[in-house]
Amino acid sequence: MALSLKLNGQTHEVEAEPGTPLLWVIRDELKLTGTKFGCGVAACGACTVHLDGEPVRSCQTYIEDAEGAEITTIEGLNSKAAQAVQAAWVELDVVQCGYCQSGQIMSAVGLLSENPKPTVEEIDDYMNGNACRCATYQRIRSAILRASDMMEA
Amino acid sequence: MTLNTSRRGFLKSAAAAAAVLYVGARPDGALAAGSAPAQLNPFVRIDADGTVTAIVKHFEKGQGPATGLTTLIAEELGVSMEDIQYEFAPSDPSRYANLAFGQFQGTGGSTAMANSFMQYRQAGAAAREMLIKAAAEAWGADVSTLSIEDGIIKGAGQQAPIADFVGAAAQMEAPAEPRLKDPSEFRLIGNAKVKRKDSLPKTNGTAKYAMDLHLPNQMVAVIARSPRMGGLAAGFDDTDAKEVKGYIRAAVLPNKAGVAVYAENTWAAFQAREAVTVDWDLSNAENRSSDQIREQLLNAVNSDPEYNVNGADPAATAALIDGAEKVVEQTFYFPLLAHAPMEPLTCTIEANEDGGITLHDGAQIPTGPHMALAEIFQLPMEKIRINTMLAGGSFGRRATPTADYQVEAALAFVLTDRSRPVKLVWSREDDITGGYYRPAVAHKVRVGLDAGGNITGWDHRIAAQSIIKGTFFEPMLVHNGVDHTSVEGVPDGLYQIQGQFVGLSDVAKATNVLWWRSVGHTHTAYVMETMMDEAARAAGRDPVEFRLALLEGGGKDQERLAGVLKLAADKGNWGSAPEGRSQGIAVHKSFGSYVAEVVEISGNADDGVQVEKVTCAVDCGLAVNPDVVKAQMEGGIGYGIGHVMRNEITLTDGVVDQFNFPDYEPLRIGDINAIEVHIVPSAEAPSGVGEPGTPPSAPALANAIAVSGPRVTELPMINSGISFA
Repeated sequence: MALSLKLNGQTHEVEAEPGTPLLWVIRDELKLTGTKFGCGVAACGACTVHLDGEPVRSCQTYIEDAEGAEITTIEGLNSKAAQAVQAAWVELDVVQCGYCQSGQIMSAVGLLSENPKPTVEEIDDYMNGNACRCATYQRIRSAILRASDMMEA
Repeated sequence: MTLNTSRRGFLKSAAAAAAVLYVGARPDGALAAGSAPAQLNPFVRIDADGTVTAIVKHFEKGQGPATGLTTLIAEELGVSMEDIQYEFAPSDPSRYANLAFGQFQGTGGSTAMANSFMQYRQAGAAAREMLIKAAAEAWGADVSTLSIEDGIIKGAGQQAPIADFVGAAAQMEAPAEPRLKDPSEFRLIGNAKVKRKDSLPKTNGTAKYAMDLHLPNQMVAVIARSPRMGGLAAGFDDTDAKEVKGYIRAAVLPNKAGVAVYAENTWAAFQAREAVTVDWDLSNAENRSSDQIREQLLNAVNSDPEYNVNGADPAATAALIDGAEKVVEQTFYFPLLAHAPMEPLTCTIEANEDGGITLHDGAQIPTGPHMALAEIFQLPMEKIRINTMLAGGSFGRRATPTADYQVEAALAFVLTDRSRPVKLVWSREDDITGGYYRPAVAHKVRVGLDAGGNITGWDHRIAAQSIIKGTFFEPMLVHNGVDHTSVEGVPDGLYQIQGQFVGLSDVAKATNVLWWRSVGHTHTAYVMETMMDEAARAAGRDPVEFRLALLEGGGKDQERLAGVLKLAADKGNWGSAPEGRSQGIAVHKSFGSYVAEVVEISGNADDGVQVEKVTCAVDCGLAVNPDVVKAQMEGGIGYGIGHVMRNEITLTDGVVDQFNFPDYEPLRIGDINAIEVHIVPSAEAPSGVGEPGTPPSAPALANAIAVSGPRVTELPMINSGISFA
């Protein structure tokens, strides 16, 4: 079926079968590969994108349910929270292999957008669904706190 | 006018093409330089415009060589980290062999920095001397008066960017022995402020992993594999798959190990595979359950060992233990474990116009797939090209001696008309069920103690599934029948233990097994370090004091191990845990590095244990990038603790029971509240950091739990009644 997707501020006409995960349309059709495939069952968070500003797992979001929503991927981030998060990530050298980090950042931006001064407990709770096999968690936590400070400054 | 402009442009680019300086080594190892890469093994390229590029022979899975090897070039050459870029070396073992692997190019065993340290420094230093010589000749100055800083050649009252002398330097012979900087002159090596080179692209979504490759006109192939090791595809029915939009076709792989399902995109390939019914010939397939494997392993450690590992007399050791004042005895079981790197396995194969083949891959040991593809395509090695891309983790999984997934891709490609590139994609389920696990292992240890609390004898029996036997690494790593990776960390441990006997038995495999971050040390460190605590407790001695006594009076190795033990104990406030918390400690040498960790926990086994803090001390020789070393310790600790808490792969009648992350639950952000890493200052040669953080983490946690809870000898810990907060 033909769909019209609003993604990163642009409208894209795509052809996809109903039930196709948004992830695969983003990656294979629109060729935006910053959004990652990690598990396919919403258990790792590598595929996290924003739907109307809310983090969702694109591997479990059907394409027809994304139509009409403002979709944002890592490539389209530009909010104040996003700038702070990405700057903090670089400042603290959070990444190792980096494959999960787009998803981590999408979740972190989601957190700081709704809660600009999270506690450590709130960070751990919110970020629980984003797995990092390199175990960069300690730096993820620090970078979110740093980004929170940067947003206040 | 147009003609003139284009003529000028041509001349300029022709001159530019000539004015490239490569510095590296010849296949015999001698330094070499030139204006073309063909006759040498370039570690650094300097373009006519002065752009410096480190050519990194190790793949980047997050462990840091793209930063580390680049740092070595930048330091010796005299450029800032901002003014140097990197690219991955092509696959060519004659030029880019890992000096620790013989004639193999590859990454593993935490060797990337150790085997590159002198090579890359020498290449950077040679480039510096050649550029300075060229400037000295042009300026009529003495070379000793010139230096390079931040890419500017200075001295004799002049200064100019290195770009001005690339052409002249490219005409020179490389110096045989360039002067390396004295450590007192280092500005980048050892500087904790040096940043990773790959942070920005990995933070804004532009970093390209093998999974992100999208070649024009490519097909995606997924493989339907036998549910049990050794099953063969006898045929298939794809009637229902034809209903999937984007499905192309399916074909039995030439080795019958599976059915390749081809589609226009990844989702269609996954959908179509679900719809293909494969007829499996399981007559020779594995049908054992992991419970049976466990039984076999436990029986083996309770029987006479197949191999005597350290040449000691088991009867003499038995007599020493039997006559002891106290005896401590434990039997341990370690399950199969999956690596589960964040990026599922993938690679892409395409035909080149010259009749060759290109493999695009996060290639950990490129020589393996290089040789395998040359064989499959019946092409000479130079017709196979490997484009090394970023890898989304590995932990050993991308380094199979069989080049398993690259071979699958090649076989899937062979079955096509080769007009379209084929991208092989594994799903997470393929990954978790796909074998190549950390082997299942059992240990049984008996330790005798005299009235003074000293060890009188140590009987140590290991039963394991051999990783190395039957692979091309066998001549290097199996001696007198003993697979070194099954026992490493026990017979070569640094404690000066009286009357130690070590025996090994091999038990047949029911799945493929493979090295997994820190290999044999994953289980040997756990056993050695929990037994040390058991022995210390039986002796009524402090665990740190007990260990230090066994290291006293040894050599430098023992001193370095004692050094990290004391540093971790000091920084971790050993013996002064806050109210309601328990501490455990462990120390282990692996891959040339010495690591001690103090794990501090709250809660208890019944209500839930929480890891509050891990304090780590590491001696890895000279820490080239201290922040990368810290990151590797943090990651290694998380990897060790996460798996020992709750991960295992089990089999029922030969079929893997786990499928995906929900039933192979990874470490999560809240599982460890804090990690603190301390690096021992050292002038020793750099040693590994990718793996050595992992071995002490699990026994340190077990020792903390055992302070007021059970001694866990059956892993994962959740199977031994330990709950986690």
